[in-house]
Amino acid sequence: MSDNPTDPTRATPPAAEPVTEPIPEIAPAEPSTFRKALKLPRFTVGLGITVLLILFVIVGPFLSPHGENEVTGPPFSKTGFLGTDYLGQDVWSRVMHGGGEILFIAVFGTALGMVLGIAIGVVAAYGGGWWDEVLMRLNDVVLSFPQILLALVVLTAIEQPSAWILIVLVGVSHAPRVARLARGVALGLVSRDFVIAAEALGEKRSRVILAEVLPNMNAPLLAETGLRLTYSIGLVGSLGFLGFSTNPGAANWGLMIQENRLGLATQPWAVLAPVLVIAIFAIGTNLMADGIAQVADRGDR
Amino acid sequence: MSAMTEDAQVDKVGGVVVEDLSVLLTGKDIDVVDDIALVLKPGEVVGLVGESGSGKTTVGTSLLNYCRAGAYIASGTVLLEGHRDVLQMPWREVRQIRGEEIAYVPQDPASALNPAIRIGKQIVELLELRNIGTAESRLQGARDGLAEVGLPNDDEFLSRYSHQLSGGQVQRVALAMAFLPKPKVLVLDEPTTGLDVTTQAMVLDTMAELCRTHGVSALYVTHDLAVVANIADRVAVMYAGQIVELGPKEAMFSQPTHPYTRALLDSIPHLSQARALTGIPGRTPAPGARPGGCRFNDRCSLVIDACREEVPPLREIAPDHQVRCIRAEEIGHWDISRGVVPDADPDREREIILSIDGLNVFYGRKHVVYDVSFDVAKAEVVALVGESGSGKTTISRSVGGLHKDWTGSITFDGDVLAHSARKRTAMSRKRLQYIFQNPYLSLNPRLTIEQIVKRPMELFGIASGKEATDRVVDLLDQVALGPRMLKYQANRLSGGERQRVAIARALAAEPDVLICDEITSALDVSVQGSIVALLEGLRQQRGISMLFVTHNLALVRSIAAGVQILQAGRVVESGPVVTVMEHPREEYTRNLLSKSPRID
Repeated sequence: MSDNPTDPTRATPPAAEPVTEPIPEIAPAEPSTFRKALKLPRFTVGLGITVLLILFVIVGPFLSPHGENEVTGPPFSKTGFLGTDYLGQDVWSRVMHGGGEILFIAVFGTALGMVLGIAIGVVAAYGGGWWDEVLMRLNDVVLSFPQILLALVVLTAIEQPSAWILIVLVGVSHAPRVARLARGVALGLVSRDFVIAAEALGEKRSRVILAEVLPNMNAPLLAETGLRLTYSIGLVGSLGFLGFSTNPGAANWGLMIQENRLGLATQPWAVLAPVLVIAIFAIGTNLMADGIAQVADRGDR
Repeated sequence: MSAMTEDAQVDKVGGVVVEDLSVLLTGKDIDVVDDIALVLKPGEVVGLVGESGSGKTTVGTSLLNYCRAGAYIASGTVLLEGHRDVLQMPWREVRQIRGEEIAYVPQDPASALNPAIRIGKQIVELLELRNIGTAESRLQGARDGLAEVGLPNDDEFLSRYSHQLSGGQVQRVALAMAFLPKPKVLVLDEPTTGLDVTTQAMVLDTMAELCRTHGVSALYVTHDLAVVANIADRVAVMYAGQIVELGPKEAMFSQPTHPYTRALLDSIPHLSQARALTGIPGRTPAPGARPGGCRFNDRCSLVIDACREEVPPLREIAPDHQVRCIRAEEIGHWDISRGVVPDADPDREREIILSIDGLNVFYGRKHVVYDVSFDVAKAEVVALVGESGSGKTTISRSVGGLHKDWTGSITFDGDVLAHSARKRTAMSRKRLQYIFQNPYLSLNPRLTIEQIVKRPMELFGIASGKEATDRVVDLLDQVALGPRMLKYQANRLSGGERQRVAIARALAAEPDVLICDEITSALDVSVQGSIVALLEGLRQQRGISMLFVTHNLALVRSIAAGVQILQAGRVVESGPVVTVMEHPREEYTRNLLSKSPRID
């Protein structure tokens, strides 16, 4: 962008005029997909929910009335804001403490999955021929495992999973699904004339992918990221529910559902509270994804 | 409206009278078309001509009381046989009338036919729906309908699917289906766009013949004045949602009176002579952005202050000839041979820069181009002409290094070129630039115009940074685009502007040869005119040579010096344009020339 304030309604000045600025008039650039999405209530609400929840997760541990392992009353009692859990720990405090790990793993797992998936998909589409066949068949092999099963196979072999193992598992289980989408989107682009034009100019293959193909995929990929983030939260939550978390003593939304499900009848909040925050977060990311998809669908007009 | 003086006759004999039709955008009160008055007499073909965005298709579908989503018919009457207003009918009746009394032939019949149902069954189904004939007679009816449009009607043909027919055959099936219910009015929406000239001629002949024998009035919607000159009895020219000129065909081509009609005619190439084509400056205004007063005032070369004040009425300047221009009497006569230039001299000296020798091209095992040899001299335009499937684009892509499965040799200024662009030297990639057919696909929608035009300079080390930006501004200026567009993304530009950007990108590499693959076929004629004028200027000033691929023989006459006529992958005739077009030796060339629509 030029620094000069520009007025799109002004007529172009005659060329002979002594030019003080190098370029007399430049109309503003097209707003980005993100800017356009900001105008959609669906997207802004989703973004608002997500941001608020992330803030809650970050500042929660500092504001919680009790420690995450502090016993405040008898198990499954009504003591405190949301009562106590199976060990008599304060549910509200544990909800405030228990999001960090889930979010951390979900966000980085999703990011890893997207990067891997996009790389596989775009290379397969752009490379074509053997590249496409080999990459996508390998992809199909991984794809044939349900996401959670893939994680379980590895986790059962490991005593105490560390956060990065969970991130890799979440990422790897997302990657083939993202790759299929990325390949589909990229296939529609690699045969377009502007990609061929770049090749005719002799651009490097990496540059063709990075500068010509990828920027045109951002809308569907952003939407997919939102969806994948939702799945990741579910996945990490489920793994927690099945007992796989980095620290069994620490608060974890998924783990909380599993731990407290026995007391569902007497102290429903111990289960409902983590379920609700996971649901709210999923709704938030999903609304965002949906908003971006809508902007993308409207096309370039 | 003065057009209504004919009401009395039309009442008795049928046809359609459109009065005061206007279509608005839903919820915005912006007109798409406005103040349309048109009479279709029985047995008459009226050509409705306009460029994209003029509202011609909207008028066409309004005759069937149909509007695309987002617009509605706000006022007007469409009187069928003088007394039944189609626009006031309840929808059941409208449904009945569509197809039965007013038939519609769409632009792309391939998408209008059901790909999963055999042709014969589809036609029989139509007859069933319309309750025509009996269960036994319908199959025979389908056969008769196909025979009428000159198609085979044996069982083998009836049992084909639409994808097993050629484009011309599909269009004739659509015509047969339109005529079978014996409609009184036919609306044809660019039915021959995308067809080869010989197929187009066949479809047009069939249509004209059917209209005459059945006394059907037809509204032929098109952007192609040359086609209209061949088939229409009367012509209506539309601009920005209004009819600007309406009259008998002869009058429209011999005494066009509206400045827009004249400008359109000036931008059309002729078969019989080379012309310096001109475009119309500016772009067609979209609904909502149309200027007040005469809608053409901002692009008109003859504009006076009064033109901006109020919308001029459509008034009669000669019997049956109406014009929407207040200066109709003052602007003098117009001559169809205006802008004629001498043909390129066949005996001039040639300094060969690009030569193609024994080129054979393959797609996998399929051999598509056979032993093609020709050369291009400096500052010379050589045209590759042929129908679809003749291999003209394949040749250009092989020369441009976009298709690598070929044998033979391509020599560029002394160097033998490698097969694919990647394997060629940077210098030959720089000096040989390719411009694509469809400007909607050839510019990356995510990049700004500045980035797009700058890239070849950076890549070939011609300029970078601020110096490159200055050169981009210069180049945009050369292709008649302002620096305003620098930060635009391609999707904010019209088709013509995009193609100019594509040309600017090619010029940014400072090439010696441009390969132009049908670069005007996706554009309106007035835009084509200005692009051709631009290329001609570049050729003269910079001495750029061009390999110009096209299916339009008339265009060849105006732009090229040499021509290669291709048929099914082989060169059937070649030579200087003037020789080939004046004295064609081959039957195929003669056929192409005779089937091409002409206005001269």
